[in-house]
Amino acid sequence: MFEIRIHSRGGQGGVTAARLLALAAIHDGKYATAAPFYGAERRGAPIVSFVRIDDRPIRIYSQIKKPDMVIVLDASVMDVVDVLQGLKTGGRVLVNSAHPREFKGFTSGHVDLTGIALKENLVVAGSPILNTPVIGALAKQGIVSVDSAKKAIREMFSDERNVKAAETAYEEMSA
Amino acid sequence: MDTIPEIPKEEYILKCTSACAGCSDSLALRYVLKAAGPDTVLVVPACCTSVIQGIYPNTAFNVPVYNIAFASAAACASGMSNAFRAAGKKTNVIAYAGDGGTLDIGIQAMSGAFERGTDFLYICYDNEAYGNTGMQRSGGTPLGARTTTTPTGKTDNKKDIDAIIAAHDPPYQATACAAYPQDLFKKVTKALTFRGPTFIHILAPCPPGWRYSTEKSVEMGKLAVKSGMWVLYEREYGKLTIGAQSKAAIKKPIPLEDYLAPQGRFKGIDPKTVDILKQRIAKNLAKLAAEEAAS
Amino acid sequence: MKKISTGNKAVAEAVKQIVPAVVAAYPITPQTEIVEQIAEFVSSGELKSRYIAVESEHSAMAACIGASITGVRTFTATSSHGLLYMHEMTNWAAGARLPIVMANVNRSLGPGWNIWAEHTDALQERDTGWLQVYVSTVQEAYDATIMAFRIAEHNDVLLPVMVNLDGFLLSHIMQPLDTVDVGDFVPPIQLPHAIDVKNPTGYGGLTGPDQQFKFRWDIERSIRDSVKVIEATEKEFAKRFGRKYGFTEDYQCADADVIIVAMGTLGKEAEVAVDLLRKEGIKAGSMRLRWLRPFPKLDLKGKQVVVIDRDYSFGRGGILATEIMAQTKEDVFSVIAGLGGQEVTYEDVAGFVRKRRMGEEFWFGVNNNV
Repeated sequence: MFEIRIHSRGGQGGVTAARLLALAAIHDGKYATAAPFYGAERRGAPIVSFVRIDDRPIRIYSQIKKPDMVIVLDASVMDVVDVLQGLKTGGRVLVNSAHPREFKGFTSGHVDLTGIALKENLVVAGSPILNTPVIGALAKQGIVSVDSAKKAIREMFSDERNVKAAETAYEEMSA
Repeated sequence: MDTIPEIPKEEYILKCTSACAGCSDSLALRYVLKAAGPDTVLVVPACCTSVIQGIYPNTAFNVPVYNIAFASAAACASGMSNAFRAAGKKTNVIAYAGDGGTLDIGIQAMSGAFERGTDFLYICYDNEAYGNTGMQRSGGTPLGARTTTTPTGKTDNKKDIDAIIAAHDPPYQATACAAYPQDLFKKVTKALTFRGPTFIHILAPCPPGWRYSTEKSVEMGKLAVKSGMWVLYEREYGKLTIGAQSKAAIKKPIPLEDYLAPQGRFKGIDPKTVDILKQRIAKNLAKLAAEEAAS
Repeated sequence: MKKISTGNKAVAEAVKQIVPAVVAAYPITPQTEIVEQIAEFVSSGELKSRYIAVESEHSAMAACIGASITGVRTFTATSSHGLLYMHEMTNWAAGARLPIVMANVNRSLGPGWNIWAEHTDALQERDTGWLQVYVSTVQEAYDATIMAFRIAEHNDVLLPVMVNLDGFLLSHIMQPLDTVDVGDFVPPIQLPHAIDVKNPTGYGGLTGPDQQFKFRWDIERSIRDSVKVIEATEKEFAKRFGRKYGFTEDYQCADADVIIVAMGTLGKEAEVAVDLLRKEGIKAGSMRLRWLRPFPKLDLKGKQVVVIDRDYSFGRGGILATEIMAQTKEDVFSVIAGLGGQEVTYEDVAGFVRKRRMGEEFWFGVNNNV
């Protein structure tokens, strides 16, 4: 089982990113679940979502304690939350950032999702959309296939710019 | 307006009810159902009418009656009306509740049903106390009246449910009195021609509750109207029309004491309280007369 | 087509395919997505139902009752305080023998305001005459909702059915969902005692002691008869759509020395604990209880039983443990866990089994009782 924890702030689309990722994994023929951890719904508060991907049906509902991968959609969350907590040794970290970030003992990666969203003019209510480009970045990392990533995005969003942003993120993301 | 209606001979209240002698709720309901006809369902919460039907497996009512918990008449009727309309049926849905089930415990569900534009007629028959349980005070009990929970007379005023209903702006609302069956018949007939929520508030004098002898129910209702304590009117799309009987009372009401004296519930009422009642009657009549003149 | 759906949306999807004539509902966290989705289906014309946005849960159930007695299909959904607020009317619905289907998203009760999973809400409805099923996956939420209509409306049952799904854990998780073409699996509703103005009848009026007693027995007789109806419905569902359900979902029970009994998502997570324990040489099994009413005969002979209750009856014990102890002479270790949404993992569940103390009660995470 591959377990991913997504850190974001309320309103940034972390929950939708988890859902897109699970849907793409299902299109890959795998089993997947996406579960937001719900507190009181406050815009701007740090939130986490969980994605599990496996070859067998998933029977676990509890929170992910030892993720294989951590995704940080908003780097400012790192000031208030230990995003590396429980991350498996050698586990992956993907940060939305224009600049490289190093995390000792982990495989670090970065991609400027905000920049990509702004370039594609993917902005809703003043916030850049991060959940579709991040799926492109994850496809580059081999978490889901490119075809399934695009299929999942198209099922959930009619605006083709979302696919374009995912493609850009795919190109900009280090393998 | 003043024509004498053709009242059908068909009876929907059969001769075996378990009502008290002199019950004006039964009298009122007899005319309500004559006006509504056989394609009608009554929704009845806990009240005197739940008792009057008789005991299972018998029923004295010749229309379907759905009995429902105290707070729920309007909500139940709301579901029923929607189901009938969804099935393309025009069946009249009449919620028939007492003052407790309307002014007190049932007011939330009623307000909700009116706000949602439910296609039904809500009738409150008002005997001004919880009659079925032995005459405890309700929101409908008038100032000064003794009940088993206001043994020295009620110290609060009667709740103005008609004003609350008016605030929902239904297409039609009316007041009526069991002592004026032709007027009641006409109002029920009219209410059932509207689509949407309609409301009729019926004063139902109650011999054991009001403590007068059983043959005087009609007389009590007439005294209530003639003294201005009860006003007959209807409000159609916001336009108020006061009934002829009440117009006479506005011009020259009988002394309130004539209405209070025969009733045991007002025995020993403080003259100051009578004055307050008189002032409230005068204020109410003036308000209604002004509204009618303006509309 | 394989979809991905939340538990809530799966329920709404099932309702869309069953097409109740009337849906009356009031929103409450974490059930809201069900009523929002149904309202959307109705407003877009995808679902030809009347949606009554009532002003309270008490009125939601009353409106369902008023609609149902005309002979049409009805549905509502609630949670927690909403369910408790309609308690008077849930009794009325069962007593009036109306096949109303309701989804209840299990949630803790206040105070304090806690919106997370707990089963005490539905268990306080245990004695109302409703049939109750507890589900553990998004797929099961969908399948159980479809089956609930067929079971409730069956002439041998004519009682309301409550489909329970864990708040957030299941209501908000996204899992694969395979929708089916319901076809004639749920036949048209035929309520034998529907209102007929041509044959006027009184419903629920004054009833004497002897008659009332008989009506109570009639409810019990029907709920006993519902066992066969449930079995037949689940069998037919498996035949048509390929997914099997029973009164319990048994996992590695046959040769087990110790069996974990739980409901809802915890019952599923317990299967992972069983895998873990079996690797350690502990012969564990999981028996996830699906139907609480009617309560099934559980095959626990010769087993040690670890019951996990996400609920409690103060002054007595875990409600599920109490029910099981009333039925079996086997030793029970009663674990109280997950109240108010307390996090319970499969590793915790494995720990309950490893450290089981038969005949005792254990409150998970409470210092003095560990």
